[in-house]
Amino acid sequence: MSFTERDTTRHPPALAPAYKSSILRSPQKPLVALPATLSELTGPVFGHEIIGPQDADLTVNHARAGHSAIGPRIIVHGRILDEDGRGVPDALIEIWQANAGGRYRHKRDGYLAPLDPDFGGCGRTISDADGAYAFRSIQPGPYPWPNRANDWRPAHIHFSVFGHAFAQRLITQMYFAGDPLIGLCPIVNTIPDPQAIDSLTARLDMRATQPMDAIAWRFDIVLRGRRATFFENRPEGT
Amino acid sequence: MHDPLGYLKQTPSQTAGPYLHIGCTPVGAGLDWPHADLGATMISDETRGERISITGCVHDGMEAPLRDALIEIWQADAQGIHPRRGDPRGTGDPFFTGFGRCASDPETGEFRFETIRPGRVPGPGGVMMAPHVSFWIVARGINLGLHTRMYFPHDDLSGDLVLARIEHRDRIATLIAQERAPGAYHFEIFLQGPRETVFFDI
Repeated sequence: MSFTERDTTRHPPALAPAYKSSILRSPQKPLVALPATLSELTGPVFGHEIIGPQDADLTVNHARAGHSAIGPRIIVHGRILDEDGRGVPDALIEIWQANAGGRYRHKRDGYLAPLDPDFGGCGRTISDADGAYAFRSIQPGPYPWPNRANDWRPAHIHFSVFGHAFAQRLITQMYFAGDPLIGLCPIVNTIPDPQAIDSLTARLDMRATQPMDAIAWRFDIVLRGRRATFFENRPEGT
Repeated sequence: MHDPLGYLKQTPSQTAGPYLHIGCTPVGAGLDWPHADLGATMISDETRGERISITGCVHDGMEAPLRDALIEIWQADAQGIHPRRGDPRGTGDPFFTGFGRCASDPETGEFRFETIRPGRVPGPGGVMMAPHVSFWIVARGINLGLHTRMYFPHDDLSGDLVLARIEHRDRIATLIAQERAPGAYHFEIFLQGPRETVFFDI
């Protein structure tokens, strides 16, 4: 058993100079191709019991009693899939995001926008038997960041996903369809393929929208799939 | 987008950015969060095996420490079995998680894990690999998480078929920890430069 190779036409290269932080943090020597061994084909297991009742609801999981976070209320949902289109059950999904003003609850974020006392920005859940997941949150705001003189991040949510193998480990970001800042962002544009960028853009999902409550956005994540093995190769004579 | 054979295409990676602590180590980030940080504890009193610590630091191309990196490790138990999922040889030590996660120290950049020395795991063709710990590194400026391995000094590494793949033999040294005191291993990771660590395309 092994996994399909990382699709280097989809992932960003290590060095993308317009994203200045990548210049001194990108390996310059070629990566050494490694046949996946049990060390990569296995991965940590997280049971549903580690998820608390409010972990996936960012509108309340850092709020004072009787309060909820400020901002447009949203649902972000979708499926964790593999390249064969199969749902990936029991995948741990962790998310983090800025508040509605574009400010993170983080010591190093000094943006002018205020913190929301009722918003932490951390959530997690585990996909169900079909690979489906859902979070409730507020729409994060865009914010400026130190790169070129006037760079702004489009509104986004960070996703960390554990599939079933350490080889499938993925961290990425989800954007919101229609945001004019997506095309201007040097981090988005580390990805060379416009279709790959499009796959990080969640779609408005009126079917899942909760009337008088929250707008839904749909975001599916595709992890590396298992490579089909049709015939076992054996050395001659064995 | 679907391709003509109907396979889906992989979701691309994006950098974890400078604020990854909010989602990955929320307690460490100072959030009011009701659970211990994931991967903060790998062992308990019942865990079988030789206790070790692993410390180290990730350095950029100017050899400055990264103070905003996240380091994850994954390893076999003392018998060489990976805990609980996907290992066809058994379920492993129930008192060992095999998974560690540590944010680099915001002042010094150091990471630290308390774990056990792993057993040997079969590699390509069933040939046993030398004991090793798998690392995955993300940070601001890293567009796709970096896989590497830490091996132990004093082990016989000559039969390890993963290390045999490394064309420039002097680079193997970048994967071997130093033992600073008995059981205290130190592993420096360099993202660039003459000491650049070997990273794997897994």
